[in-house]
Amino acid sequence: MLAPTAAPWRIHPLHGVLLAFPVALFPAALAADLTYLGSAEMQWSNMAAWAITGALVFGAPALALSVFAALRRRATWAYPLLLALAWVAGLVNAFQHSQDAWASVGIGGLLLSLVSSGAVLAAGWLALGARSVVVRETVR
Amino acid sequence: MIRVAATAAALTLLSACGSQPSDVRQTGPNPQLPGQQPSLIPAMKIAKPTGWGDTRPTVPKGFAITAVATDLKVPRQMLVLPNGDLLVAEGKGGHAPKLRPKDVIAGYIKSLGTTSVKGGDRITLLRDADGDGRPELRTTFIDKLDAPYGMALVGNELFVAEQGALKRFDYVPGATSITTPAAVVTRLPSRINHHWTKSLAASADGSKLYVGVGSNSNVGERGMEVEQDRAVVWEIDRQTGAHRAIATGIRNPTALAIEPVTNGLWSVVNERDELGPRLVPDYLTQVRDGAFYGWPYSYYGRNVDPRAHPQRPDLVATAVAPDYALGSHVAALGLSFVTGGGWGGAFSEGAFVGEHGSWNRQDLAGYKVVWVPFAGGRPSGEPRDLVTGFIGPDGKARGRPVGVLYDAPRRALFIADDLSNTVWRVTPAVTTAAAGTGRARG
Repeated sequence: MLAPTAAPWRIHPLHGVLLAFPVALFPAALAADLTYLGSAEMQWSNMAAWAITGALVFGAPALALSVFAALRRRATWAYPLLLALAWVAGLVNAFQHSQDAWASVGIGGLLLSLVSSGAVLAAGWLALGARSVVVRETVR
Repeated sequence: MIRVAATAAALTLLSACGSQPSDVRQTGPNPQLPGQQPSLIPAMKIAKPTGWGDTRPTVPKGFAITAVATDLKVPRQMLVLPNGDLLVAEGKGGHAPKLRPKDVIAGYIKSLGTTSVKGGDRITLLRDADGDGRPELRTTFIDKLDAPYGMALVGNELFVAEQGALKRFDYVPGATSITTPAAVVTRLPSRINHHWTKSLAASADGSKLYVGVGSNSNVGERGMEVEQDRAVVWEIDRQTGAHRAIATGIRNPTALAIEPVTNGLWSVVNERDELGPRLVPDYLTQVRDGAFYGWPYSYYGRNVDPRAHPQRPDLVATAVAPDYALGSHVAALGLSFVTGGGWGGAFSEGAFVGEHGSWNRQDLAGYKVVWVPFAGGRPSGEPRDLVTGFIGPDGKARGRPVGVLYDAPRRALFIADDLSNTVWRVTPAVTTAAAGTGRARG
């Protein structure tokens, strides 16, 4: 019952490269947070802060492109929504990481890093596996 | 997972929007300390600078204020020499690297509230021999210093605390400049220099020198290994340069002075930020030999700061509460005791405190010079606003007080203002009238 569809959507290389940053950097921040909570060495909290900032900077245009793709019905809305969740949690987490010393991570920072990491990995999975997404959309 | 995220975000945002506390008493010997209110986005309110124009700081009825020097290069602390010459240390120090995005952003915002003039790295001499508040002579007394701050004279030895060294210069009475090289009494802790100012006072007998060394962070966020020899007051032997820490955990002792009744060493100290608009009060305290004042593990005695990790309950148990609170975030940078009966009356015994002004609360605090009355060598009563008007009716800052200096022979209070780059002089109006100048108000 597969309906014929337009040419399968393939993520634009620029979109893909921009998306790669949050996909790599949010989990990197999560790893740095875990290391900080285990060691209390400030460099790991600082590294997480920079990783989150990089994810936000490059994630913003990726988010815009993902919305654009969904509007053109090239991608399911789940993709921009997951990316938006990762980005907003990351923004809150950037402020969390601007607290001083032990307050810079804590349970809140760790949870936010987990949310950003999980959401951005799911978003990346959807975006890069977009061919099947388009088919499923069309069927429905 | 989504629900967890939403809950976490909501909780964090809620804490950011916490209401302003109803006002609390935060001056005097027993300040009220509300609960900690860390916020997601730290409160940053900087008064934008503007010029004085035709206005000037406000002084109480019966006093006059004049500018004795303008166009200085970031004046900080002052010293009056036996012949009445006034020395003004000018400079801007610190070389703390930016370690995280916050350092870049907060550093930029704070810079909006300071002068754009480059620090002079020098000491300027002002000579006002006829005492009319208009110096006849202004010279560069010592040039090519490295962020000079504290100064002290013992006999004919002039000591200058740069941001990285305590130096001794040979002073010839009446000299208007010193070009002979200095001797280094001792190096001072200068790595990073997040809090770079090195305050200085000489003991009453002149045998010891005291230097205040501020912490290298707000509350240990650069790692505790860079806090070695920081947040301390050093006692330095004037002859040998040997030092020992007489007080520790004293976050940023920005000015030191000898209390004239007891000859005890006192300091104004800037406390930590980002625990809320009403924490933690800056303070004035006698510097007790061997005392630990809590930083970074606790404040005002044993109030634990959860941001310090690992925590040190063993140290917190020994923490000493300071003597007298000045208010949260007022940024006390100047301290000077009156001698010789001061201005008489309510101003016979006590200290002037220069308050540079806050950034970490929405309602501006500080930006004034207060008078703390003393009796029998101890603070006695509430502080009283003496010189105000640094924030104009438009909410913009005309000036920011740093060092204060009471010149007993001339019964004048000098105030260094590092925003308008001015030194102000406050005198009882009757004294100037008696001197026949009649220009004090002009």
